[in-house]
Amino acid sequence: MDRRSGRSEGRRRNWRGAALAGGMGLLAACERGPQSALHPAGRNAEAILDLTLILVAGGGVIFLFVMALAGYAVIARPERFPGGRAWIIGGGLVFPIVTLTALQVYEFAVARQLSDTGGVEPLRIEVTGYMWWWEVRYPDVRVEGGEVLRTANRLVIPAGRPVEVVVTAADVIHSFWVPSLGGKMDMIPGHENRLILVGERPGTYRGQCAEYCGAQHALMAFDVVVEPPDRFEEWLAAERRPAAEPEGPQQTAGRDAFLRAGCGSCHTVRGTPANGAAGPDLTHVGGRGALAAGTLPNTPEALAGWIAGAQHIKPENRMPSFPILGGDDLHAIAVWLESLK
Amino acid sequence: MTPPLDDAALPNRLPRPKEELEALKRAWKPTSGLGLLKEVNNNIIGVMYIATALLFFVISGTLALVMRTQLAVPENDVLGHSLYNQFFTVHGTGMMFLFAVPIVEAIGVFLLPSMLAARDLPFPRLSAFAFWAYLFGGLAFFCSLIFEVAPDGGWFMYPPLTSMKFSPGINADFWLLGIGFIEISAIAGAIEIIVGILRTRPPGMTLDKIPVYCWSMLVMAGMIVFAFPAVIVATALLEIERAFDWPFFIAERGGAPLLWQHLFWFFGHPEVYIIFLPAAGLVSMMVPALAQRPLVGHDWVVVALVGTGFFSFGLWVHHMFATGIPPLSLSFFSAASMAVSVPAGIQVFAWIATLGKGRLQWTVATWFLLGFLFIFVAGGLTGVMVAVIPFDWQAHDSYFVVAHLHYVLIGGMVFPVFAGLYHWWPTLKGTMLSERLGRWAFWMMFIGFNVAFFPMHVSGLMGMPRRVYTYPGDLGWNVLNMVSTVGAFVMAFGVLLVLIDMARDAFGRGRPAPENPWKAGTLEWIPNDNYATRSIPHVRSLYPLWDNPSLSREVQEGAHYLPGAPTRRRETIVTSPIEARPQYLMPMPGPHWSHFLAGLFTAAHFICLAVQLYWVSLVPGVLAIASVFWWVWSLDKGADHPPQDVGGGWRVPVYLQGSENHSWWGTAVLLLVDGTAFACLCFTYVFLWTVSPDVWPVGTDALPGLGWLFGEAALWVVAAGAMLLASRAVAGNRPWATRGLLLAGLLLMLAAAVAEPYNRIASGLVASESAYGAIVYMLASWQVFHVVILVLMTGFTLARSFAGRLHARRRVTFDNVMLVWLYTCGQGIVSLLLVHLFPRLAV
Repeated sequence: MDRRSGRSEGRRRNWRGAALAGGMGLLAACERGPQSALHPAGRNAEAILDLTLILVAGGGVIFLFVMALAGYAVIARPERFPGGRAWIIGGGLVFPIVTLTALQVYEFAVARQLSDTGGVEPLRIEVTGYMWWWEVRYPDVRVEGGEVLRTANRLVIPAGRPVEVVVTAADVIHSFWVPSLGGKMDMIPGHENRLILVGERPGTYRGQCAEYCGAQHALMAFDVVVEPPDRFEEWLAAERRPAAEPEGPQQTAGRDAFLRAGCGSCHTVRGTPANGAAGPDLTHVGGRGALAAGTLPNTPEALAGWIAGAQHIKPENRMPSFPILGGDDLHAIAVWLESLK
Repeated sequence: MTPPLDDAALPNRLPRPKEELEALKRAWKPTSGLGLLKEVNNNIIGVMYIATALLFFVISGTLALVMRTQLAVPENDVLGHSLYNQFFTVHGTGMMFLFAVPIVEAIGVFLLPSMLAARDLPFPRLSAFAFWAYLFGGLAFFCSLIFEVAPDGGWFMYPPLTSMKFSPGINADFWLLGIGFIEISAIAGAIEIIVGILRTRPPGMTLDKIPVYCWSMLVMAGMIVFAFPAVIVATALLEIERAFDWPFFIAERGGAPLLWQHLFWFFGHPEVYIIFLPAAGLVSMMVPALAQRPLVGHDWVVVALVGTGFFSFGLWVHHMFATGIPPLSLSFFSAASMAVSVPAGIQVFAWIATLGKGRLQWTVATWFLLGFLFIFVAGGLTGVMVAVIPFDWQAHDSYFVVAHLHYVLIGGMVFPVFAGLYHWWPTLKGTMLSERLGRWAFWMMFIGFNVAFFPMHVSGLMGMPRRVYTYPGDLGWNVLNMVSTVGAFVMAFGVLLVLIDMARDAFGRGRPAPENPWKAGTLEWIPNDNYATRSIPHVRSLYPLWDNPSLSREVQEGAHYLPGAPTRRRETIVTSPIEARPQYLMPMPGPHWSHFLAGLFTAAHFICLAVQLYWVSLVPGVLAIASVFWWVWSLDKGADHPPQDVGGGWRVPVYLQGSENHSWWGTAVLLLVDGTAFACLCFTYVFLWTVSPDVWPVGTDALPGLGWLFGEAALWVVAAGAMLLASRAVAGNRPWATRGLLLAGLLLMLAAAVAEPYNRIASGLVASESAYGAIVYMLASWQVFHVVILVLMTGFTLARSFAGRLHARRRVTFDNVMLVWLYTCGQGIVSLLLVHLFPRLAV
């Protein structure tokens, strides 16, 4: 959004994040994380951080006042302590009713703002939670061949344009949460929920499942990449193309070994016979930031290790380990997949 | 009946004859050795109950320490994912169901009778049964960890993760059956507490003179009555789905995962106040005692307690702000969540004003209370924060919420309970805990707590979700987690010091306490024995010991009510619920094996079910029922003594039947529980329809004809009529008419209960095909279950009739059965109207 851009705005955000962290008295919080509500990179996260600051400041003042009063009550002589029942009526009844009513009004204003798309047609993205990865679909984008664009564990969105994320789950309840961009929304089987996100600062932000979803709930993360609009269009164009043809004998051997080992019964690589739907689409897997839903860095070595020992790295996930694959095959598959940018 | 006392006179003349005290001692003689298992006295059961709850607190807390060790550094491998998930599930479940609720009930069992100067609670065997069931059930639950089959679906057990498809092991069954069963014990305790507070108060203690703690317990028990049925229904539905594939929560067949969340949190939020209110009640007793002046704004505090009870049922959706519920409903629940901070604020300011207006004694309890104020106010303020919906969208299911909930629960409940341990310890056996150790313990716990939990506010906002067994090291969470772990160990060390202090005292190292060491004003500080106080005082104010300094001496000399044991057995005075005027002298059961065996066999039955030994489970099941029959057979003795003089000119009967009888009240409260459970099932029916109207039958073709509705409803009406006639036959002492009518009515009920599932099967409805089929059969099964209970109860009543124990002047058992019977008929008709008319009218 244009009204909130520029470096002074960024500095103000830093100041607010630091004020909050400092206010809480913990220097550790100054470490900037890619998954932090204290370091917003999107409109909604910013609005919520403003709200958070007000709540922390207001709550802090009330806390200090009540503690000071309690301290005085403990040390003061009874005849010096003013009022009695008046405290109950004033502090316990009138004050909270007035402040909480005001807070409600502010709260609803913020809540309305969070779901506002500003009259702009939002980009629609459908995200489905699986144990323990994320399927991402762009329902209004068709790949070459006419199907809906499908990818996994990474959302790429244009900066400044509202995105409507439609979330659901295929198995158990998950929750979609990118703290740097906005609040979370539960993903419930048989039920669709909507969430508006507006990314502002280009960059890569980490999201993580927030609803306990079984054995590997801890290893269920994803990335949201905010790109400037032109870079986003470029990405979209590249993403719509099928997988690149293998270059050189090793990549060709890798593709062949991939198909021979039956990987295609769960994974799709567009442009090859592999068209399984049970696991993540791998057509452009080499371009993603991480493997196995944020579990491993995306390198050929990590990928080879994952194929050979998925059950060891992330026990109980749906991908079997393939210890039977020989070292050469394994390496070739990894090199080929990594070439699929 | 006689008018109340004038102000000057004592109820009984002094000196009392010597044999009176001896009779009292003989009747209330405690058991020894193995006889402890037979014990029913609240002094003994209460202490064992508290000790067991503390044991479960220590076990659950130890699990937390292991989890904190795992999380101290990123990518740690102290615990694997499987064990970690079991640990956090058992930690949460253990703390909520096996520590928090039981300990507040246990403290009630121990403290309430002495605060009310009653000789015991009205159903001593019921408390003892609840205790044993809880002990055995709790131990079995924790033992599941040893075999690594502990539940691992979280203490909230959300389906579909906990459904058969995603949790095929018996782990989830352990939770569902174990916790479902332990809730029986919580409900038993609630019935005991409600009837105890309303009917066994000392003469003169009118409603406006009830100590605040008793109010808090009354509200808390009332909340259990309306909240726990929701979770019992939820666990029953999920267990049935797992066992028989009835799809209540499976979306593909019209079920709704959110149904569980509504039922669970309809229980789960009041649960928080069920835990907090009794602790607040304890605070409202300790603060005046330590400040040496009456509570400022007593009436406000009572209204605040009752108000919290009401509000707490309107908050449950604030656990579901991120589930996609429409904004309008969310704003209602957000407003209600904020509103509940008003009664909390009223209490906080009442305590502060009392501290300000009094001269404070510095005891260990004082420190714990000040620590409580600090932590609880902070937790309350973060509570307002998470009630703000947009903020909650960030904070929900993050470590911020972990911090918040521990601030309110440890601050709001554990600190007051530990204050209470030090404060009331002298009433146990006249010794005091160490002031020095206690102060060390307090500072360790207070500092450790804040060091452990304060950083979690920040780690949560920095994006750390809850319930993760590990985390990457590059997200900025490392230092915060290490600090939290250190704090957790410091706090645990503080708890250890308290345990050491209590152990010292148990081994005879405690200092002897003076009578009423803190100079408190309420009745529990009158010296007492196994029989409670020597006589039951006439109460004229909120702080009787302050307003009448000689009261304690008068009571000990026997100048007040019931200074002996006139019928030579255990007994206490039952008073009217509002004015507390003596009504009758209730005989109380003494030590017995039956309730112990009933608790043991009930636990065994549920454990067999959990490990899927279905046929074997019938053996302890039948034995448990037999034990209960043995237990209740000797009760309901009739008017076997003439009316007795209890002092103050009151000559009261030893038996009163009808709606003034205490067990009639107990049954009535039980039926409130039952009715709430039924209401939850009706809610389930309507909720499933709103989610999946497409699985409901369209048109009347798939429905059984209306003839079934009218026919079955008529059977229920006639069955109810047969019971009313049987009641008249009892009053007219016509035993054969009674027996015949009971049998005939029972057959009619059986026919009605069977006709419903029969016509559904005939119309081709299959329970496992859709959520519609499942809930229709569920409602029918619920009715069948009631009729099975009534078969047992009616059989028991018939046996008493044949044994000559049922006639016009000895019909309490019969009246209780009649209540259940009439309720069942009414429930049957409502159920029929719902399942037969709703699809015709709404679809």
